[in-house]
Amino acid sequence: MNLAAVSFVLALAISILAALTALAVDNRVRLLAAGTLTAAGGAMAVVSGIATLGGQTFVADLPDLLPLFGVHISLDALGGVFVMVTGAVAVVVAIYGIGYARGGALRGRTVQAVVPLFVAAMLLVPAAASVATLLVAWELMALTSLILVVAEHRKRPAVAIAGQWYAVMTHLGLVVILIGLMIFAAHSSDDTFAALRTAADGLSPAIRGVVFVATFAGFASKAGAVPLHAWLPRAHPEAPSHVSALMSAAMVNAGVYGIIRVGFDLLGAGARWWWLLVLVVGAVSAVYGILQAVLSTDLKRLLGYSTTENMGIVLIGVGAAGIFATSGQRVLAGLAMTAALLHVINHAAFKSLLFMAAGSVVQATGTRSLDDLGGLRTTMPATTAMFAVGALAASALPPGAAFVSEWLLLQGLIHGVETAGMATAIAMPLSVAAVALTAGVAVATFVKAFGIGFLAKPRTRAAQNAVERRPEMIAAMLTAAVLCGGLALAPGLIVPQLAPAAGAAGPLLSDPATEGALTIRLQGVSGSLSPVLMMCALMIAAVGVVALTRLASVTRARRTEKRLWDCGAGPLSPRMEYTATSFAEPLQRVFDDVLEPEFDVDVTHVRESRYLVDRIEYRRRVPDRIERRLYEPVLRAVAAWGRGGRGLASGSVHRYLGYGFYTLIGVFVVLAVTR
Amino acid sequence: MSVVSAVVQLGVVVLGSPLLVGVMRQMRARMEGRVGPGALQPWRDLRKLLRKERIAPRGTSEVFQFAPVLLMATTLVVAAVAPFLTISPVLGPAGDLFAVVALLTLGAAALALAGIDTGTAFGGMGASREMTIIALVEPTLLVAIFALSVRVGSTNLGDIIRATVDDPALVISPVSLLAAVALALAIIAETGRIPVDNPSTHLELTMVHEAMVLEYAGPDLALVEWASAMRLTVFLGLFVNLFMPWGVATDASLVALLVAVLMFVVKVGVLGSFLAAGEVFMAKLRLFRVPELLAGSFLLALLAVVASYFLA
Repeated sequence: MNLAAVSFVLALAISILAALTALAVDNRVRLLAAGTLTAAGGAMAVVSGIATLGGQTFVADLPDLLPLFGVHISLDALGGVFVMVTGAVAVVVAIYGIGYARGGALRGRTVQAVVPLFVAAMLLVPAAASVATLLVAWELMALTSLILVVAEHRKRPAVAIAGQWYAVMTHLGLVVILIGLMIFAAHSSDDTFAALRTAADGLSPAIRGVVFVATFAGFASKAGAVPLHAWLPRAHPEAPSHVSALMSAAMVNAGVYGIIRVGFDLLGAGARWWWLLVLVVGAVSAVYGILQAVLSTDLKRLLGYSTTENMGIVLIGVGAAGIFATSGQRVLAGLAMTAALLHVINHAAFKSLLFMAAGSVVQATGTRSLDDLGGLRTTMPATTAMFAVGALAASALPPGAAFVSEWLLLQGLIHGVETAGMATAIAMPLSVAAVALTAGVAVATFVKAFGIGFLAKPRTRAAQNAVERRPEMIAAMLTAAVLCGGLALAPGLIVPQLAPAAGAAGPLLSDPATEGALTIRLQGVSGSLSPVLMMCALMIAAVGVVALTRLASVTRARRTEKRLWDCGAGPLSPRMEYTATSFAEPLQRVFDDVLEPEFDVDVTHVRESRYLVDRIEYRRRVPDRIERRLYEPVLRAVAAWGRGGRGLASGSVHRYLGYGFYTLIGVFVVLAVTR
Repeated sequence: MSVVSAVVQLGVVVLGSPLLVGVMRQMRARMEGRVGPGALQPWRDLRKLLRKERIAPRGTSEVFQFAPVLLMATTLVVAAVAPFLTISPVLGPAGDLFAVVALLTLGAAALALAGIDTGTAFGGMGASREMTIIALVEPTLLVAIFALSVRVGSTNLGDIIRATVDDPALVISPVSLLAAVALALAIIAETGRIPVDNPSTHLELTMVHEAMVLEYAGPDLALVEWASAMRLTVFLGLFVNLFMPWGVATDASLVALLVAVLMFVVKVGVLGSFLAAGEVFMAKLRLFRVPELLAGSFLLALLAVVASYFLA
């Protein structure tokens, strides 16, 4: 047993122990005990993930644990990255949960016991080495997360609807993954990944394509990719915030993992059109996600759509890696895959931070609507600072974490010109445009989220009376913020370590992409970036600017407070401020053909005159257009089918027996004719 | 020697940028039949503002106070790393085009946050409009740059400029022409010139940048104004060096550096004069027509990228 094995087993064991403890102990110590144990399990998982990146592996076969199939575990560097990410998210979220769940319905036995089980399931998914193990872990992950999503269903009716959407979509996803992997396994000796790998070479291209498309649909839906994202903007806002953080920062990654594992590792990269499909889905997800995010006025919904956007960027990286790999460009494929994995890590860091900060805000003010927030910088300074760090990291500006991974991705795409093919030559520039547009709108999105939500004056009494949250919640956010900072400033320490993970995904991706700790220098292609030096230069410039302005000024006096410019009309009230809706209005106009927002303006006139306005009511809703065009017809068709079937169900047992009898006869007749 | 050129370059941009703005204003004034305050007026303004007392508008936070410093710092870093005078500046490896664009966007985003932070309707309005423009300009800049990088295989500014110096025919290739038009439109929008924004207006219906910085006064305002002038210089400098890189020092001799300084000043000055002359004959676009212009430039940039893939 090496370090990776010991720590991975310990991580699972401690998580299960945490669940049992949560069930056993009473209310007073439950939060602390379960939270600490979950965090310890997460820490073990981080150790295990790092050990696998160092070259260790962990293989275990437990043939008797699951009837018929057995459980097969194999943790390699690729799975290790995802185990590490999940573990790190679990650590901060568990610490946060100790404070967050206090004094609410969330401190109950069920929720506290299910959180560590959810973490354990997420750790098992990237370690599964057979179809049965993967699917069992996948379903466990889906069920535990579903229980957590609906944890607060007594408080808000919207939770139940979100839960239904999530339950149905995640299970449809499971069904298509199951179908894909069953077709695959039917052509191999057994259902272990090792057998599938050897069988993949003998498959016809058509079957390989079917397997890939089916599994891709299921995995992409878990990753929240458009058009299978409909559950995500519902479930993420309605779930308790620490669960949102776990789902958005860790669970959606499982979808990315699945695509990489099946597409590259098991099916051996396959045909180029697969990866063009991934690239296009990624590009559409990125742009659509960020456009919905910039118009969202619900803080958590905004973050949820931002998850779709970021997973889109990851999928662009994965798709580009596939295109390069199928054209035999190992260096570029490794580079694109490294960029995708780095973005997964970065996204996990900043999105867990942002969801935790949003959770603190929601708890302190009781509202998720940005239009009702504002002014939190005076009442919740620590949370405001943490959200600022997360927003900087998310908006792809230096010195932020996402900037580094998107820079790496663009470096890979620049060299796509050497890859032959008309489809590639059209898809690559379009995906570059998608990444660029996403980066631009992301800046507006997070300026809106941070500026409107936290700066300026409080827009409601709830925002005015907010109080800073408990120290353990701030400590958890601080940890995540430090991780964000580390990822942003020292990517050179992390990026070279990802090479074994990219290599484990496929022999075509085995080359290390970068070198250098302070400055990332790309290997094989030219390009370098040094976030640390950039940060130092910015600091020096800022200090210099401050010093020189002090020198130039005649007075040494401190700043004096002065009235704001109010056009001479008396003090400004918070009602005069720009809201999130008005802030995004110009962008809504720009993209109204894409998003088709609905708004109605209600003008009430003064009774005496039609020309004098008493009050104006403005309402705006941005419906999910894809949902409306794609899901509603399907749902209507299913409902119509159900209504049609109702005529057959008269309630008479005789008739039901008759159905069974005639069906059996029918089957015999078909058999008799065809055999 | 390379350190000397970096210091000279920083000095030229920092000290020359108010002068550039002054020359452009003076040109406009003369063409519109006014006497004009003279090219040195921005310098006098800056000196006056820097000496005034520092104020904190009621209810604003550190974001408001720190934004001008960050805006200035990002512009200074870009002015230091960009290869304006020599082809391989001492900080050249940091002169990555994506990093440069992202740094400049960071400064603009900080100023937008400061606008929101004041809690006034003007501040929010300016920030909202500025971010809308930035959200459309940043992609255009990135994609246009990407088009220029594809054929060189690098996003390093020095490498791109070196490729153009080595092979001047690249400038008249379709990729360059498309990217040049797209970049020109993006730069006009980013620096807030007519027809996107009018830097000399204070009419609330049309203000973009000015609405955002309405609460600034004294040394803070001086920093904002100075940084805006430097951003204009930096963008014009990038544009001329990407498409007309002649005169840039390729070796480390003092003569080459002097020639480079002279050429840089002349090129940026001429381009600035063209911009100013154009502004005399043009009206500002309605705010909601601006996105159409920017969408057009984004499309041109995209065409440039597609062309760079097909024509490579």
